[in-house]
Amino acid sequence: MTTRYTRDHEWIRLDGDTATIGITDYAQEQLGDIVFVELPEVGQALEKGGEFCVVESVKAASEVFAPVAGEVTAVNAALADQPGTVNEAPEGEGWLIRIRPSDKAEIEGLMDAAAYAAFLETI
Amino acid sequence: MAESERESLRETPLAALHRELGARMVPFAGYAMPVQYPTGIIAEHNHVRTAAGLFDVSHMGQAVLRGPDHETTARALEAVAPGDFIGLAPGRERYTLLLTEDGGIIDDLMVTRPTGDAPDGMLLLVVNAARKEIDYADLRTRLPASVRVEPMEDRALLALQGPEAAAVLARHVPGVDGMGFMTARPGSFDGIEVGVFRSGYTGEDGFELALAAADAETVARALLAEPEVKPIGLGARDSLRLEAGLCLYGHDIDVMTTPVEADLLFAIPRRRREEGGYPGAYRIFREIDEGPGKKRIGLRIDGKVPAREGAPIKDAGGAHIGSVTSGGFGPTVGAPIAMGYVDAAHAADGTPVLVEVRGKDYPAIVSPMPFVPHRYFRKSAA
Repeated sequence: MTTRYTRDHEWIRLDGDTATIGITDYAQEQLGDIVFVELPEVGQALEKGGEFCVVESVKAASEVFAPVAGEVTAVNAALADQPGTVNEAPEGEGWLIRIRPSDKAEIEGLMDAAAYAAFLETI
Repeated sequence: MAESERESLRETPLAALHRELGARMVPFAGYAMPVQYPTGIIAEHNHVRTAAGLFDVSHMGQAVLRGPDHETTARALEAVAPGDFIGLAPGRERYTLLLTEDGGIIDDLMVTRPTGDAPDGMLLLVVNAARKEIDYADLRTRLPASVRVEPMEDRALLALQGPEAAAVLARHVPGVDGMGFMTARPGSFDGIEVGVFRSGYTGEDGFELALAAADAETVARALLAEPEVKPIGLGARDSLRLEAGLCLYGHDIDVMTTPVEADLLFAIPRRRREEGGYPGAYRIFREIDEGPGKKRIGLRIDGKVPAREGAPIKDAGGAHIGSVTSGGFGPTVGAPIAMGYVDAAHAADGTPVLVEVRGKDYPAIVSPMPFVPHRYFRKSAA
């Protein structure tokens, strides 16, 4: 169960047939205090690179993009009352959605933790 | 951001201190400014509401209007701004507006008549960073030759805001806790010359300190060493002023809005409403008599979705009536708030409206401002 990353600072973790998606620690740090998360509907189809969620910080609204194609199977409803969980545990309790990926192999094509760390060094 | 843009950004005298404190720096009005420190905007916001926060506002423009005597300088300013400056007593500060010939707002600014040993005929101006050059050029064009505009270079401006600000500052500048709201006087901050103004942009009690750039870091470090004080960035400055119902130039007011539309008539005292004699008076008279076509209002939005600048405002039936000019989450309110302009027919407090965010309409209520009551210092009538 390894975690992969995108250049837009999303992470995705595959567990069986389900992948969990969220934003990275770097992303939450850049956004600052998160006050609202607009999540998609369960059942919504996602295209790779398509916007599926909006994270609102005190300062601004930021779109979150799907790392891979798939169908939304669950959303983190706890964020409705506790959006700050995304700041506190972006890669844990602050996950955004779960999906059934259209093609699990697509996930393997993304950056691993070392590659993402190297990418962050270039920003 | 392109590297060339980054290089062309100006810095305030506290740039190194901001970085040492872990600030995230962003471009603002041509300056690299701290938007937040590591604790984040909400913690900074709450700290100002409960203790005291230090803001670097050195990017703002400080200038002197200098004429032969107070009457000449004040009359010259009254010809371009609708305040009462002839009647401004030494040591008093006023909020005013530079107006176009059609009553549009070129800038909002603070005007102070200095006290102490300052020569007669001086007025001090503090203008918005992004409007400095425009304001100075405009004043030079419209003021008589006998009144000069002298931008002050190598200056810094610090704001100390919050309920503990007076107690903290009085440890360094004795006696400031007794100053009235919107008054100013020279002071000595542990031996450093400062201009002290009891005013601010947060809705809280507080002060602004004008001083030489070379002294800014010493004063800032002395204030940050006080247990009540934390550094506050532009992010919290924005959420604090929004809750206080205060306008941000270029967003809530600009050359396309008049003081009447912007609900800033408090800045036009009775004598000037009766006599006129400032640019755009014809339109301001008309809008006072007949009411303006559109009006700045506050909005409280149901639920948790923040409505940002540009969000359309609709009436209950879905017809477009205006748009949001500033909006976001109000940390002290604990909910999304906004200000914007709507057609005057929908501007009454309590009017239910809709605000569109990402294609969806959310119910909102036209609400009085400030959203958080002002807590300015008022001297008790002794």
